[in-house]
Amino acid sequence: MNAVDRSPIQVEDLVKRFGSFVAVDHLSFRIERGEIVGFLGPNGAGKSTTIRMLCGLLRPSAGRAMVAGFDVSRDPEKVKTQIGYMSQKFSLYPDLTVMENLRFFGGIYHVSRDVLPERIASAVSMAGLAGREDALVATLAGGWKQRLALGCAILHRPPILFLDEPTSGVDPQSRRRFWDLIHSFAADGVTVLVSTHYMDEAEYCNRIALIDRGRLLQFANPGTLRRQPLGGDLLLLECDPLGAGLAALRSAPDAIDAALFGSSIHVLVRDAAASMSALPAHLARSGVRIERIARIEPTIEDVFVRMVGADLAGGHGQS
Amino acid sequence: MRLRRVRAIAVKEMLQVWRDPISLMIALLMPFMQMMLLGYGVSLDVKHVPVCAFDREDSQESRALLQRFQASQYFRLVATPRDYAAVKRALDRGTCRLALVIPPDFTERLGDLRQSSVQLLVDATDTNTANIALGYAQAVVSAYAADVAASPEHASTEPLQPVAVESRVWFNEDLQSRNFIIPGVVALVMALVGAQLTSLTISREWERGTMELLISTPVTPMELMLGKLVPYFGIGMLDAGFCLGVAVFWFGVPFRGDTAVLIFTTALFLMVILGLGYLISTRIRSQVGAAQMGLLVTMLPTTLLSGYAFPIDQMPTLVQGVSYVVFARYYVTILRAVFLKGSGLFELAGPVIALMIYAVVVVLLAARGFRKRLD
Repeated sequence: MNAVDRSPIQVEDLVKRFGSFVAVDHLSFRIERGEIVGFLGPNGAGKSTTIRMLCGLLRPSAGRAMVAGFDVSRDPEKVKTQIGYMSQKFSLYPDLTVMENLRFFGGIYHVSRDVLPERIASAVSMAGLAGREDALVATLAGGWKQRLALGCAILHRPPILFLDEPTSGVDPQSRRRFWDLIHSFAADGVTVLVSTHYMDEAEYCNRIALIDRGRLLQFANPGTLRRQPLGGDLLLLECDPLGAGLAALRSAPDAIDAALFGSSIHVLVRDAAASMSALPAHLARSGVRIERIARIEPTIEDVFVRMVGADLAGGHGQS
Repeated sequence: MRLRRVRAIAVKEMLQVWRDPISLMIALLMPFMQMMLLGYGVSLDVKHVPVCAFDREDSQESRALLQRFQASQYFRLVATPRDYAAVKRALDRGTCRLALVIPPDFTERLGDLRQSSVQLLVDATDTNTANIALGYAQAVVSAYAADVAASPEHASTEPLQPVAVESRVWFNEDLQSRNFIIPGVVALVMALVGAQLTSLTISREWERGTMELLISTPVTPMELMLGKLVPYFGIGMLDAGFCLGVAVFWFGVPFRGDTAVLIFTTALFLMVILGLGYLISTRIRSQVGAAQMGLLVTMLPTTLLSGYAFPIDQMPTLVQGVSYVVFARYYVTILRAVFLKGSGLFELAGPVIALMIYAVVVVLLAARGFRKRLD
């Protein structure tokens, strides 16, 4: 196997249909060794379906995907020896203890007995669970569970990791810690494909695949994505009341697009200087008072919102 | 196949059963309750039938006949009404099932004509009990008649009975229906417990979402099945041992066979039950659905068509044909033969081979039934 000159993940024209619904629509991309690639997209974009196909859990309807040199349609079981997987839903055994879960997966992955104790110990310390080895997993808080699941998924030191929304429902501090771990794996040459709907997490990836309705919209590094021409300048607006402000902006003649970002509004306009002077008067007619207006550099979320449409189904990340 | 994976799964499964109160109850408490309920509840014996006697003569002879009824374990004299209306009321109310009326000329006719008669009124709402009770009553009366005929004052020159039947009952000498039913109850309890435990084992993992992770690992379907079934096999054999022990030591069912034959055939039966439960679990991903299907496939046919309480040779031909598909019938046949007749493997070749075929087919299907895919 000449794995050296081959990308660990190669996807060509991958399609998955469920009945008449096309969940994944001719995806093609390549991921190189040691890369961290983020799958970014709203719920139902086809992120999980793609990851499941790459893990050999779903059979592709058409196209081809090679993982670690194995075809996921023809050799799904060989693929499974090369990967670590964290599914969207937390899937360790809540009625087993930390140690029992680790021993179980050590056995399932057939990790040699010589190295298993040491790997279990490193997983425990990585998860920050030293001293709680005998606690039932059901009693652990989200961040610990997540890190333990990651620890279980890498017990056999797989060259490729698939993480499906691993940080959903976890506090920001734990998410930060989680990403540090992912970076340390990548530094050791592990290839990581991670899906998320937290836009800020996209910045931690080497490259980002923007996915919507089963199609790949963009595949680039975060810097390139941010510099994508949006077709105008971006303004940040804080106003009161917020809802009326958004409605007024959408009908403003020089605004191309407006979207809510937390407690502020991002407005795409043809010309920043002109709009900054024109908008306050336009909003005042609707009884909206502007508290702050400033020109900003687009974030990945701005790019995403522009490409996918303002009604992003999967909640907004902190921008 | 990697034994370590099988072991890892088996250990995990044991821990989960141990920590789940419901599984523990099914595994340990249910066999006990079922054995007691069914062991005591199901009896086809007719004993202590309530009888009322309207003795219109009230002589020494008539009282002697009543004594016979009182002495019999099949009857219990509950009332002695003084007129026909009272007899009718007693039968209507159900205070007695059988009414014996002794005529006023009982002794007289006995002496002169050697031809006396008594009247028996039977409540036949339950035809089976009525028939059996009537038979016993006739036996009591004829025994009395025979004694009277043999007594010196009635000594006759010729024997009354030219041909007499000398019957001997084999295998179940006391004609206790309990001895016949309880081995079958063991099969029923095992079917119930085995299917309940294994029909949930796969569907539970689907419902909790743990299956998705499990099938992303290199574990093979065979390893998974073995790992999952080994602990339940252990539990099942333990339960079987317990139930069989209750049958012998608590209910006093005679055990005349070879323990090795019993263990071997029980293991075969358990394999079929567990394999079926597992097969269902691989097919039905919801726990509720799998549990119901498990009951439908194992307990229902075992109750109705295994012959454990309802004799198969009394069923319509078509139903008899269907019963050959019910694997429990083979085990019930084996259990009865091993318990009461002390049969060995050689005499039981037919049902044992049938069970073996069943076990192989079910286990193969179960191993193939599991797909490591989500679609």
